[in-house]
Amino acid sequence: MADLSMRPEDVPVTAAADESEVLANTPTGGGERDLRITDSTLRDGSHAMSHQFTEAQVRGVVHALDAAGVQVIEVSHGDGLGGSSFNYGFSRVDEMQLIRAAVEETTQARIAVLMLPGLGTVHHLKQAHAAGASVARIATHCTEADTSIQHFGAARALGMETVGFLMLSHRASPQTLAQQARIMVDAGAQCVYVVDSAGALVLETAQERIRAVIAEIGHEAQVGFHGHQNLSMGVANSVLAFQAGARQIDGALCALGAGAGNSPTEVLAATFERMGIRTGIDLGEVLSAAEDVVRPFIPRLPWMDRASITQGYAGVYSSFLLHAERAADRYGVPAHAILQRVGEYGYVGGQEDMIIDIALQLQSELSMGDLAAVGVR
Amino acid sequence: MTERLTAAIVGPGNIGTDLMFKLLRRSEILQPRYMIGVDPASDGLRRARSVGLEASHEGVDWLLAQDDLPDIVFECTSAKAHAANAPRYAEAGILAVDLTPAAVGPYVCPPVNLDFNLDAVNVNMITCGGQATTPMVRAVADVVPVPYAEIVASISSKSAGPGTRANIDEFTETTSQALEVVGGADRGKAIIILNPVEPPLMMRNSVFCAIPPEAGEPGDLQDKILESVHAMVERVREYVPGYHLRAEVQFDHARDLWQGMARVFVPIEVKGRGDYLPDYAGNLDIITAAAARVGDLMAAHRLGIRSSWKSSSDLGELTGAPAPASSAPLDETAGV
Repeated sequence: MADLSMRPEDVPVTAAADESEVLANTPTGGGERDLRITDSTLRDGSHAMSHQFTEAQVRGVVHALDAAGVQVIEVSHGDGLGGSSFNYGFSRVDEMQLIRAAVEETTQARIAVLMLPGLGTVHHLKQAHAAGASVARIATHCTEADTSIQHFGAARALGMETVGFLMLSHRASPQTLAQQARIMVDAGAQCVYVVDSAGALVLETAQERIRAVIAEIGHEAQVGFHGHQNLSMGVANSVLAFQAGARQIDGALCALGAGAGNSPTEVLAATFERMGIRTGIDLGEVLSAAEDVVRPFIPRLPWMDRASITQGYAGVYSSFLLHAERAADRYGVPAHAILQRVGEYGYVGGQEDMIIDIALQLQSELSMGDLAAVGVR
Repeated sequence: MTERLTAAIVGPGNIGTDLMFKLLRRSEILQPRYMIGVDPASDGLRRARSVGLEASHEGVDWLLAQDDLPDIVFECTSAKAHAANAPRYAEAGILAVDLTPAAVGPYVCPPVNLDFNLDAVNVNMITCGGQATTPMVRAVADVVPVPYAEIVASISSKSAGPGTRANIDEFTETTSQALEVVGGADRGKAIIILNPVEPPLMMRNSVFCAIPPEAGEPGDLQDKILESVHAMVERVREYVPGYHLRAEVQFDHARDLWQGMARVFVPIEVKGRGDYLPDYAGNLDIITAAAARVGDLMAAHRLGIRSSWKSSSDLGELTGAPAPASSAPLDETAGV
């Protein structure tokens, strides 16, 4: 509950960051790389850590990723700036402190932040920028891109590189996704990601979405892909996304992320290197970052178990996993049954509060003897 | 018929139209006279004419140029528009009930602070989420100290108009402040979620309050909190009959991660009453119902009479508004 006593607008925006170099529409830059991998261990991984990252862990991970040649490292609460809350879990350490620490550890990498309109605000973006973050990733549900317009404008005005995140992309058709990407680009996004928040996209369904978005915006902005491992497709979908033209790909060390985790950064690096696709990442260094830096502090490796596979299968936002497990413990109903029903009801990212509702429903059905409804067979 | 004051509605979108029908059906003191927009093709302007209002697409300039100015104006546009219009209304001596998050005047939430200063010339209706959640925070804070209150308002994408979408930060910031100023929490945090699922979801609000550790255990304090919450739900239901607890209030024991505080969780669902909008749009219903009631009270105060506001139980036989429009177009909405 690091920020319980302070609301964001009370925190002075001070210590103006160095004007970071903005790469305009060529975020990969340099010419030595065929794509850019953004590491989200310290953002998506925050879910798997129940938002309990310490400053020392953040410094260690950033130092190792920076040395391995990773160009962009995302640091935020798992649900983005301002996510520290009852609903999503309170951060152990204030995220602005973690961002400042991360910036101090970099020699070449840039620090990105995630922000979800409706939860975070422009004020959070200004604070993060003042703390040294230089890439703003603005995330909406895949059909609600028009809630991000003011934030792209603000991020560009701050001189930040901008990335749009269309979450739960499996819930929109390729055509709808392309239209939503258009809204983000017109608002100032320099890249738009197809985000498979539920790990529900399978090969062609990922690739056709990338193709549709590229057909709409490909000459004006880059396209990216963010995968999850719930159906074990993260890396394969990422390769197909690259082959369809995506030039930014997300990963996390040891897959540390929501649900069954993200596409592992170290596997992406090894796979792309094997395919002769240049990521600019030193394989030995990134393998060491995963094995020697991250693995020792992970309380539980993300894994494809009954609950997380159900998330991929039913199309459930990956970060609901631990919340469902906690509700399962408290109300005595199975986590996978909760997640299955979340999928049926069509809840979107951010609706973690509905998990309590569903657990209560299942509990009452259970007490009425409807065992099948709660997955007891 | 008692003496009546005249009202203008500025912003002929879903909120303005729903408000018009509420005033026509439920107020004996306020006479809706003008509907003001900026688009000649507006469906809301056409609909207002069809029920006898003077409607203009020439904006507030047109309204303020009338010889016969309204006594009260309901602003259903955007925070930015109201910030610009508010001084003009005040200068013309027109009372303003502001349904945008502009927060020019004091926050009002009928079940909590209807004792607001009735001489105020401008009052603010917070946000839809604020109307739905501040009463619950107040109900808890009436029993125990609430150092922190957090709300999550989930609304159907169809019920979030362009005003809300373009200025979503104003929603979170205004609602957060109201949780403190009206709700009584030391610090408030508000989150809004838009969900596009079909059929559309009812408006849902989750209210979390940090409470002292002893209130997290069964006993007298918990009983008092429950009693206070249930009583407040009934007060809201007097003017928003679709407001109800989705499940029983949940208490959680104190945790270190919560700075040693315990937690209470109040799940609220708001079903709209379909005066004009479909019933899933409870978020719109709750703010128009609150605004109409507040406007009626301000008018009654000016006339030196009692408000004649009709509660839901009085209304069975009244007609004049269309049947609940399950297919009402939800594309013109201003601030929610």
